[in-house]
Amino acid sequence: MTVTEKILARASDKQKVSPGDVIFAKVDKLMMHDVSGPGVIKVFNEWEKKGKKFEGIWDPARVWITEDHFVPSADKISAENIDTLSKWAEKYGVKKHFKYGLGQYGICHTLSHEEALVLPGEVYVGGDSHTNTTGAMGAFAAGLGHTDIAYVLINGVTWFRVPETMLFRLSGKKPDYIMAKDMILSIIGEVGTDGANYKAMQFSGKIIKELPMEERLTLTNMTTEAGAKNGIIEADETTDQYIHERTDAKYSSLVGDDNAEFSEVFDYEIDKMEPIVAKPFSPGNISAARDLQGVEINKAYIGSCTGAKLEDLRLAAKFMKGKKVKIRTEVLPATQSIYLKAMNEGLINTFIEAGAVVGPPTCGACCGAHMGVLGKDEICISTTNRNFPGRMGHVESQTYLASPIVVAASSLTGKITDPRDTGKN
Amino acid sequence: MRGKVHKYASANIDTDVIIPGPYLKIHDHRELAKHAMEGLDLKFPEKVSEGDFLVSGSNFGCGSSREHAPIALSHAGIKAILAPSFARIFYRNAVDGGYLLPIEIEESTMKRIDDKDELEIDISQNKITNLTKNKESYDMKPFPDLIAKIVEAGGLMNFKYDTEEGKTRGNI
Repeated sequence: MTVTEKILARASDKQKVSPGDVIFAKVDKLMMHDVSGPGVIKVFNEWEKKGKKFEGIWDPARVWITEDHFVPSADKISAENIDTLSKWAEKYGVKKHFKYGLGQYGICHTLSHEEALVLPGEVYVGGDSHTNTTGAMGAFAAGLGHTDIAYVLINGVTWFRVPETMLFRLSGKKPDYIMAKDMILSIIGEVGTDGANYKAMQFSGKIIKELPMEERLTLTNMTTEAGAKNGIIEADETTDQYIHERTDAKYSSLVGDDNAEFSEVFDYEIDKMEPIVAKPFSPGNISAARDLQGVEINKAYIGSCTGAKLEDLRLAAKFMKGKKVKIRTEVLPATQSIYLKAMNEGLINTFIEAGAVVGPPTCGACCGAHMGVLGKDEICISTTNRNFPGRMGHVESQTYLASPIVVAASSLTGKITDPRDTGKN
Repeated sequence: MRGKVHKYASANIDTDVIIPGPYLKIHDHRELAKHAMEGLDLKFPEKVSEGDFLVSGSNFGCGSSREHAPIALSHAGIKAILAPSFARIFYRNAVDGGYLLPIEIEESTMKRIDDKDELEIDISQNKITNLTKNKESYDMKPFPDLIAKIVEAGGLMNFKYDTEEGKTRGNI
């Protein structure tokens, strides 16, 4: 069995599961935020109108909540949603509730690893499609909608069709300026935005072994953009060390068998990989950054669960240090703890001295919600994960997706820029 | 089920098009319906009558986990979507929430059906009849067992397990 199959087998008390089996898995952890949470509460409200009663969460200690999409409160409705969610969480005994302006908070997926809320070998479901992110910690992590989350909150289990696993082996030597973002955009460009639909995407190989945890999380984060049910990387020493720095919670990792069967195997030698950009309006619409040089842009955005982790900010700042941005540039660290670490390392100074605006953690403009939304005809280069029509604002705005290094390099020129070419002109 | 077709043939119609991000803070289903497909066709809600069908290209509903997407479409009047494939969370939300039926059809069937065609869909026989095109009929992919049971129950919250592994705590 693959690692995904082993986790699902253990969670459903079975010796063995195979792709295509429909199983009911016990859920170890559940997350919802200020968009999915009120939707879940609405499901319970509708249900109660039909004469049923919600008697409480199966295990409040396994549930955590964050405020991330429309915070700091974007408007009256957002404030009411946050209030509704807070009262509900208090009523049903959810203690792990990350609130803005009350200590640690931030983007749900980043908190999941930054706070080690999910551990290797666990089944984790979240009310957000990028829940896949957390699979980089050796967990089965999948996104669900309101009704499914409501169901798990009552029962502590949910159904899954055991996915086939596609294996991506990355080897070679990582060239300078190449980040995990370039790797995953290359992969999505090859398999397509539905190439992994209903499947698991597993990453392995020498490059993965060498990647720090935060970079691994970029890979699994964007498996959602290939349609995958989950993205996963088997836990290793890097995983254990990352977790031990954050918690002393015990866990039981699982790895796949040597004879595990994969539906497809892809081998990537990344020695010659180039900085990659996904053009509007699909994460699969990729091009080498160098082939797009000269494309004028109006804005650079460094934010989101994909591209505002500490390592992302470090590499962007390294590029921007002592220089000035030529276009509007927005930097939003993904969590409050990352914000503070970035401040202590002097990164925030670098961004502000370069002319960028630094904002509080929020999903904000990544989903066109607030705080940096694009207007008609505006063109943005962004460290985020989606560039569908209207994703970051007006339906006639455009978003190019790229790594934090490429976005930083482009912020300094006002054009899409291959970081390897910076300073040559 | 009988209804009129609204066809959007492109592949990868995503959740940002179906219900754009700024509306995610809204949880009033009728309000969401007013913005269904806003990223693609501003007139969509007024074109649709209760019980109509949407026909689309592959990977319909890709993108976010927002349940707002099937909610907006179903409250706008759409009762089934016919497409060669669906993104997994959209499919699951549509079925588990009991909003509408995601029906998988062949690519050639998708191409054969035109905008404004009148269809009759019989899920017990897995048959689609095109009343506008001389009653020609098409196959639909049968629902897997569990999906069929959830559809029959009208959504996951109404679903009662009768299997050993389905015996869970709670009042479902």
